[in-house]
Amino acid sequence: MECCCNHKGVNAKKKQLDLKKLTPILEKYKGLSGSLISILQEVQEVYNYLPMEALNYIAEEMGIKPAKIHGVATFYTQFRLDPVGKFVIMLCQGTACHVNGSKAIEEAICDELGIKEGETTQDNLFTLENVACLGCCSLSPVMMINGETYGNLTPDKARKIINEIKEKEGKGV
Amino acid sequence: MKIIIGQGSCGIAAGANKVHTEFQNQIQSKALNVELTLTGCIGMCHLEPIVDIVDDDGEKTTYVKVKPEIVDEIITKHIIENKKVDEYMINEIDQMIIDKQERIALRNCGLINPEFIDEYIEKGGYKAAEKAITDMSPDEVIEEIKIAGLRGRGGAGFPTWFKWNAARKSLGETKYIVCNADEGDPGAFMDRSILEGDPHSLIEGMIIGGYAMGAKEGIVYVRAEYPLAIVRLKIAIKQAREKGFLGEKIFDDDKFNFDIRIKAGAGAFVCGEETALIASLEGERGMPRLKPPFPAQKGYWGKPTNINNVETFANVPWILSNGGKAFAALGTEKSKGTKVFALTGKIRKGGLVEVPMGITLREIIFDIGGGIKDNKKFKAVQMGGPSGGCIPAQLLDTPVDYDSINNTGAIMGSGGMVVMDETTCMVDMARFFLDFTRKESCGKCIYCRIGTKRMLEILTRICEGQGKDGDIELLEELGAKIKEGSLCGLGQTAPNPVLSTLRYFREEYEKHIYDKECPAKQCENLLSYNILKDKCIGCTLCARKCPVGAITGNVKQPHVIDNEKCIKCGECKKVCKFEAIEVK
Repeated sequence: MECCCNHKGVNAKKKQLDLKKLTPILEKYKGLSGSLISILQEVQEVYNYLPMEALNYIAEEMGIKPAKIHGVATFYTQFRLDPVGKFVIMLCQGTACHVNGSKAIEEAICDELGIKEGETTQDNLFTLENVACLGCCSLSPVMMINGETYGNLTPDKARKIINEIKEKEGKGV
Repeated sequence: MKIIIGQGSCGIAAGANKVHTEFQNQIQSKALNVELTLTGCIGMCHLEPIVDIVDDDGEKTTYVKVKPEIVDEIITKHIIENKKVDEYMINEIDQMIIDKQERIALRNCGLINPEFIDEYIEKGGYKAAEKAITDMSPDEVIEEIKIAGLRGRGGAGFPTWFKWNAARKSLGETKYIVCNADEGDPGAFMDRSILEGDPHSLIEGMIIGGYAMGAKEGIVYVRAEYPLAIVRLKIAIKQAREKGFLGEKIFDDDKFNFDIRIKAGAGAFVCGEETALIASLEGERGMPRLKPPFPAQKGYWGKPTNINNVETFANVPWILSNGGKAFAALGTEKSKGTKVFALTGKIRKGGLVEVPMGITLREIIFDIGGGIKDNKKFKAVQMGGPSGGCIPAQLLDTPVDYDSINNTGAIMGSGGMVVMDETTCMVDMARFFLDFTRKESCGKCIYCRIGTKRMLEILTRICEGQGKDGDIELLEELGAKIKEGSLCGLGQTAPNPVLSTLRYFREEYEKHIYDKECPAKQCENLLSYNILKDKCIGCTLCARKCPVGAITGNVKQPHVIDNEKCIKCGECKKVCKFEAIEVK
């Protein structure tokens, strides 16, 4: 794909992405139709997000139109086009959590980290993402940080959990 | 002796893994001859972490809300000294709630270790599949499901036998059977619980379905947000293959080959719609298409495809083992069998319950759920998620079956019940759901794409105190148009939360618009904070806590709030020890 942002300009300054990591994934799915979502899921596991370069590379290697890949990558909430922090806070915004005050939790986290929903802290430690439902409704409000679920949250409890992680990471408050 | 720890997602979130580790350590250090194992969710999420101790004579003792700190005491007293520790045991009422339920779909959840196929087999597992394949013709299987009257548990409640039969009658060598495990309804988690707690019941249901319709391949489309469910399902599929329940010539039937694979969804609510789910399976954007052709005629890769959800499949083995008649004996005339409900929100005892269809909302919420938290007043129960509606207090005696719930303006949906009390604002609830459907609309139909956005804008301005005369009528008009102008279930039902709250709580909307008041005291812009002079003793705590310095007054003198400066954060009310802050 020839695109103004692809080969020159902004991207040229970024450090080169190791595209070799993609080879085993693409080998595995070569010739299997309908596997684009699975490919993207595995690629995201490698980089933690979907870098534009990787998407273009998949397009070239697999013979799929870049527009289609971009279309799929932006349709599903699981896919991210920007890098995320070391800890991804998935804050549940399901009905039960909403009724039990997830908004106040969001405010507390945003305040504690100085970011808004969807953003990453400057030190690349935390990303805050709102998600639809984690399926732990009876423990609402709930959040999941890197796969671990925290339930029955209060604004103070949420702050405490975040500060504990901060401390562990040696960036104490 | 055996110790069983409930390690479903909610148990783990409540700390079950730590409890497990503690038991493990204690058993080792005390050199005890005790088996330590895990199980899925029994449904009493409010009591997690739950630990069962089964004595050698088979007697089971259930300990609830177990923390690592009390593990030592339980082991010392119960296991070493053989004395039960009453204070941590489940109370009689909660035990009765479990015993009173009719568990079919959840029959093994919380009882067996989902990671060992032998425990499922011990409970009679895979006997139904064997019976179907060796003793029955595909038509007889479908007939049995028809007698049972099983309807789809995922939302619309379509008769399962009809779908199976349509797929069976469709011509073609290759057919697919798909399990929709993309439980996207916020507030529902029964499918997760089955996947985590009894994955073999789903696999067996799919084998039977595959045999009935002539499919060789099954696909489970499961949410990526359910990592534990995917892990346990993978283990279960592997074990089923090893035992020969999946693969070639199942139960020595020369002609029947069947296998299952997992496809992880990538997060899109609209993929609950059959044609969108198929598009997603094919690696495309999950956008619905026009029906017909129905998936039973042209589905995955253009081949006949049948889609059912997890709970539906989990019922199937029971029906074949116990007979369709036994299933049909439960429930009401048009809604047979049992249904699993997820009780959440402002409820005292949240969790999963399985009860016969036709029992009333009141029985579920008050008798089983224990009523409303903090002794507040029941206001409404939301059923059917973003496609459903709110059912008010005056309709609490409505029997829970497909048709009665539809008549209230809500839908059965997948069985999520979010309970609301007097502090829940219904306009805000409607706004919450519209925000959800607006985000999840795939964008194909203009009414759904733009209409939901416009409705959300109107609801937002009402909540912010900017509501105008005519807004309610505009919402109703837009709602009707979106229903008409949308292709799939998402758009057709998106206005339901607004229309049903308008039907039962119109007054609350009017209060927001005309009186600039939020009766539930939730919409910040409509609140005003005042200090009651006769209650304030001038402790100055609120003035010190106020983040914007809106509170002034001398020590030991009543304080005042400057409403121009006040940002309505509620901090003063939270800290006041004398109930001197009044919110209007």
